[in-house]
Amino acid sequence: MSPRRSAEESPMSATLPVHLSEDEIDAFGREIRAIHDEIAADLGAADARYIRRLIAVQRGLALGGRLVIFASLAFLPSWGHALSGWPLFLAVAGLGTLALALAKILENMEIAHNVLHGQWDWLRDPDIQSATWEWDHACPSAQWKHSHNVMHHKWTNVLGKDRDVGYGMLRMSAQQRWSPFYLLQPLNSVLMALFFEWFIAVHDLEINRLLKGKKDRAEARRQWREIRRKAGRQGLKDFVLFPLMAGPFFLYVAAANLIANLLRNVWTFVIIFCGHFPAGVHVFSPEQVEGESRGAWYLRQLLGSCNIGGGALFHILSGNLSHQIEHHLFPDLPSNRYPQIAPRIRALCARYGVPYNSGSFTRQFGTTVLKIVRFTLPSSLTQPAGLVAAGQRGH
Amino acid sequence: MHTATATDATHGRRRDWRTRVSGAARLVATPLRPSHYLELLNPLWATHALRARVERVWDETPDTRTLLLRAGRGWRPHRAGQFVSLGVPIDGVRHTRTYSISSSADGEPRHFTITVKAIDGGRVSPVLARRIQPGTYLPIGLPQGEFVLPADTRMRQLFITAGSGITPVMSMLRTLAQRDAMPDAVHLHYAPHAGAVIFAAELHQFAASYPRYRLRPQYTRQADGPRRHFTPQRLDQSCPDWRTREVWACGPPALLAAVEACWHAAGLGGQLHVERFTAALPPSTDAAGGMVGFALSQQRVAANGRTPLLEVAEAAGLTPAHGCRMGICHTCDVMLRSGCVRDLRNGALHSAGQRVQLCVCAAAGDVELAL
Repeated sequence: MSPRRSAEESPMSATLPVHLSEDEIDAFGREIRAIHDEIAADLGAADARYIRRLIAVQRGLALGGRLVIFASLAFLPSWGHALSGWPLFLAVAGLGTLALALAKILENMEIAHNVLHGQWDWLRDPDIQSATWEWDHACPSAQWKHSHNVMHHKWTNVLGKDRDVGYGMLRMSAQQRWSPFYLLQPLNSVLMALFFEWFIAVHDLEINRLLKGKKDRAEARRQWREIRRKAGRQGLKDFVLFPLMAGPFFLYVAAANLIANLLRNVWTFVIIFCGHFPAGVHVFSPEQVEGESRGAWYLRQLLGSCNIGGGALFHILSGNLSHQIEHHLFPDLPSNRYPQIAPRIRALCARYGVPYNSGSFTRQFGTTVLKIVRFTLPSSLTQPAGLVAAGQRGH
Repeated sequence: MHTATATDATHGRRRDWRTRVSGAARLVATPLRPSHYLELLNPLWATHALRARVERVWDETPDTRTLLLRAGRGWRPHRAGQFVSLGVPIDGVRHTRTYSISSSADGEPRHFTITVKAIDGGRVSPVLARRIQPGTYLPIGLPQGEFVLPADTRMRQLFITAGSGITPVMSMLRTLAQRDAMPDAVHLHYAPHAGAVIFAAELHQFAASYPRYRLRPQYTRQADGPRRHFTPQRLDQSCPDWRTREVWACGPPALLAAVEACWHAAGLGGQLHVERFTAALPPSTDAAGGMVGFALSQQRVAANGRTPLLEVAEAAGLTPAHGCRMGICHTCDVMLRSGCVRDLRNGALHSAGQRVQLCVCAAAGDVELAL
C-alpha cells in the first residue's frame, strides 16, 4: 500500500474508507475504463436482439394485460351466467393488472431508463435513441434526462448537487440538516413510494429552489407546461380513455389501471432507494469532489452506489439497477452486460481495497427503511456509533 | 355549384371522422403510436417506420446478387432510375446505404429489386450480396433521385453504364420494354469481361427483341482482345451520332469524370444525366484536428485534435446544449454530417451519419456537424 502521508493527501481520505494515493486512484480509474472499452467493443447482434425482443415482449404484455382486464368484465357477478362470480372476475382482472404492471415496470426500468441513458444509441436505430425516446411515465423524457443523467449521474450522492438524495423530501443521511418537516418522513416516504411517478414528474421543476426564489421562474413555467402536457396525456390514457372503452364498467378498468400504476411506482421506488441509501453508502460534500480526477469520480460512483443480489428475472425487472454500481460506473453501456461486468468490478475493488456494497434485497431495503425512520429525528438523538457499525456490515 | 359544395362538405366530414379516430388511437397508445403495436403482428404494417421484407434473392454473377423486396405501408412506387436507402444491420449496428432500384417501374406496386455487387473490402455490400436471407426485414426509405426516365422518350438515347452502374438503367430498360416503348437507344456497357456483365441474358434479349435498342458491351479486362475504356475517340466509333442523343451515365467516378469532360468539351452538358455512386470510405486513423463546420449556424473554424468539439463550438460563439461535460449524459450529442471524430477517452473513431458526443470528441480531419 501507499505511504500513509500520501493517503492523507488524497482528497477523499479524510472521511472515506479508501486509502489510495492519487496515483493509485488514477491506475484504478484506468482499469475501470479498460473494462468499459472492452465491453463496448464486444457489443453486437446478440445485444441488439436482446433489446428488440424485450421491447416486443413489453408491448405484447401491455396490450395483452389491457385486453385481459377488459375480458375480466365478462365474469362480473351481475351477468349471472355459469362462470360469473367475484373469484373468477378478480382472478382474471388481477392477472391483467399484473401483466400491465409488469409491462410498465419493464418499460420504465430495463427499457426506457436505459435507452434514455444512450445505452442503445450505438444501434443507430432511430426507434431506440436517447434523443427521441418518450417513456410511459408522467415525467417528460427531456426533463428526466436533465435531473437524472446530468444532475444525479454526474454528481452522485454529492449533497446540494444530486437532488436524488431524498428527492428534496426525505432526510437520508446524517449530513443533511434536520428540520421539523422530517418528522413526517415515515408518512412522506410511503406517499412517495405510492405516487413515485408523480414526484419524479415534478422533480426537475426543483420546487425547493423555486420556493426560495433561487430558480428562474420563466424556466419553471416552461417546464410546468411540458409536465402538464405529458402527465395529462398519461393520465388521460390510463384513467379516462381506456376506462371509457369499458362503458358502464368505467370504474373497474380505471381501478385496474390505477393499481398497475401504483405497483410500478412502489417497485421503482424500492429498487431506486436500494441503489443509493442502504447502510454503508457514502455521501459527499461539494468541497470533497472539487476538481476530482476521472479515477476519483469512478471511486465516488462506487462508494455511493449499492447492488442487490437476485436472479435473472429480478435483475431484468429492476432494470439491472440491482447492478447500481456497474450502472453508475458505465451509465452508457447496455444494461444486459452489467451481470457479466459485476464480478470483474468486485474483484478489482477487492484488489484495491475499495468497499463494494452488495447485499440481499432484505439487507439493502431493510437498512434503507431503518435510515428513513432514524433520520426522522435529529442526529443528536440517534447513535452515530450504530451507524458506523451498520455501514461496515455492508462491505 | 351547390352540389359541389355539398360533396366537399361530405368529404370534409369523412376526413374529419377519420382524423378523429386516428387522433383518439394515438392518445390511447401514448407515448407510442398504434403503429408500434401493429408492427408486433407484421413489421410491414408499421407506419412510423418504413420497412421491406426480403422475399427472394438470386445471383446475377458470382459476386452480384439481386434482392426482391416487398415494401411496407407508406411505400410510394419508384420512377425508373430512382434509388432507395436501405439500413443493413451488421453486428447490431445499422449501416445505411443507397442502392438504385433495378426493377421495372410498372411491376407489382409494392415489390422492387435492388442488385448489389460485393465490393472487396466493403462493409455493407458483401453482407447484402452474400448473407442476407429471405424473410429478413430491412428499414428502407422512399424512392428518391432525379436520374429518371422522362415521360417523353421520343428523343434518341445513349446509355453509358459500368459494372453495377447498370442498375438504374436496367430499371429504365425494363420499364420501356414493358411499355413496349423502347426508343432509339445505344447502350455502352463497361465490364471486365463477358462473364461479369450483370443482367447479360436479359440485355441480349432486349437487343434481339428491339432492333432500335443496340447493346455495345465494352470489355475492359479480357485476356485476348482490346481493353476498351471510355475515350472520346472510341465513343466516335461506337456511337458516331452521340452529339444528338440524350445521355444517361452511371458508373464509377473515373468513368463519369471522363464522360463529363467529353460532353462539356462539346458544349453538350445539358444533354447529360449522371448518377453517381461512391463507396463509403473507412475512417482514416491518423488525422488529428481539422476544419469544423457548423452547418446550422453556417460557421467554419479550425480545431486541433485535442480540444473537445463542445469547447470548439463555444469558442466560436455557439451555445450548444450540454450537461455533464464528461461523456456520460448525452445531452450534447449532435449528428455528425461528414468527416470523422475521435473519442478523446479511448481514441475510438466515429464516422459520419451518427450522433456524436461533443464534450469528449475532437475533430479527426475536417468535419461537419448539424449544429
